[in-house]
Amino acid sequence: MNLFLDAFAWLADPANWTGPGSIPQRLAEHLRVSALVLVIASAIALPLGALVGHTGRGREPAVMVSGGLRALPTLGVLTLFGIWIGIGLAAPVIALVILAIPPLLAGAYAGFESVDRRTIDAARAMGMRELQVVGKVELPLGMPIVVGGIRSATLQIIATATLAAYIADEGLGRFIFAGLKTRDYGEMLGGSILVILLALVIDGCFALTQRVVVPAGVRATRTAELRSRPTRSRAVVGRPNTEGNQE
Amino acid sequence: MIEFRGVAKQFPDGTVAVHDVDIVIPPRKTTVLVGSSGSGKTTLLRMINRMVDPTAGQVLIDGTDVATVDPVKLRRGIGYVMQNSGLLPHRKVIDNVATVPLLRGESRRAAHAHALELLDTVGLDRSLADRYPAQLSGGQQQRVGVARGLAVDPNILLMDEPFGAVDPIVRAELQQELLRLQGELGKTVVFVTHDIDEAFLLGDQVVIMQQGGLISQAASPAEILAHPADAFVADFVGADRGKRALHVTEVDGRRVVVDADGRAAGVLAP
Repeated sequence: MNLFLDAFAWLADPANWTGPGSIPQRLAEHLRVSALVLVIASAIALPLGALVGHTGRGREPAVMVSGGLRALPTLGVLTLFGIWIGIGLAAPVIALVILAIPPLLAGAYAGFESVDRRTIDAARAMGMRELQVVGKVELPLGMPIVVGGIRSATLQIIATATLAAYIADEGLGRFIFAGLKTRDYGEMLGGSILVILLALVIDGCFALTQRVVVPAGVRATRTAELRSRPTRSRAVVGRPNTEGNQE
Repeated sequence: MIEFRGVAKQFPDGTVAVHDVDIVIPPRKTTVLVGSSGSGKTTLLRMINRMVDPTAGQVLIDGTDVATVDPVKLRRGIGYVMQNSGLLPHRKVIDNVATVPLLRGESRRAAHAHALELLDTVGLDRSLADRYPAQLSGGQQQRVGVARGLAVDPNILLMDEPFGAVDPIVRAELQQELLRLQGELGKTVVFVTHDIDEAFLLGDQVVIMQQGGLISQAASPAEILAHPADAFVADFVGADRGKRALHVTEVDGRRVVVDADGRAAGVLAP
């Protein structure tokens, strides 16, 4: 319990809330790195996943690649890139992008695949162009699952972005590494608590978003349960895989 | 007029869905393609709006080979009604009906006004316009599907087992509704079903297809009953049994029509 008291004392110390290297500054850095990683990983994984889900082709390689990437330990990847590129933000960003791609990819293709094939067929038969099928049918209907993938990826990024501090002067991880070095376990635990709180708050926001993006007509289906809607088999979007990522 | 000339379709896995079909579908009439599953009737229908491209032969609409027309433009000019209505679940009824006019660049206001009129045409209350498809019954959804098919006032209306998923009572209702609509609008309707009764009820011309995409007979219902082309057709339409094999008996001086099981079907009018 002493440790927790130390941690709360550290969190409550006004000296830690101002100046360079203060909690607000580290928090902002943490968010900035996380956002940067999310944007880069989304730019790569979402269009790719959408393409796989839309065409139904390339699903096997997509599953293999995302499975393979999931197996990589982020700390190892980070060390490798750190040695290769050197100290700075580039190595952790690359390592985190690799971490974030699998859930984003899986969410995107599962979302697009979940749309009833007959609805898509009807849209095409009415005279929608392929891009219109994607934008007006598949995207709105698959959105909840796509957002689920983004949510899962974001949670992992925020939790793992602490590692950025391992080779860069960035983020809430600084407190953890600094505390470890100076044996200031109050600071270390305080830093961890901040990361946990941040992750919970952001995840809450996504949970809300995920509800909001369910199209009204689909919500109506859920409550009315008027008819079953067969569709192609759904891929499951994995829960955040934390094993091997939080050394 | 829609014309199939030597049309065949073989899928990449080797299955022959349609085998060398020649047929003329007359304008402003209802032509029903009927056959069991695997007879290629849906494939044939989907060749008209290029949802399927034939591997041999030509499909012509008013003399123009559809292969030379941009599929998207072609589809926007042809009404399409499918089983389970195929409505977009995330859009309101009115937006579903207005989908194609909006794709063609009509203003939202004009498209919506026209969509409301179409709801009247297919016998739906305008108060349903703001509902989502899932909030409607199967029969209502199917009517919305028909309204959507009519939205661009197409000459051709393709209907792929549109009443296959509704219960028999609603189905009979929708069939009568279609007959009424066709009487008013006079579209070139191509209708796919596996139900011979539905085919005889709705079709001016009935095309009977058998396994492997072969046409056994294309004629009016009366001609098919009078002169079935072969044993398959005779068996398929059931000309020699049940309620189609009628004969006349005298009861107290009146001529009563009975079916093959001896059940009275009606009285011959003097």
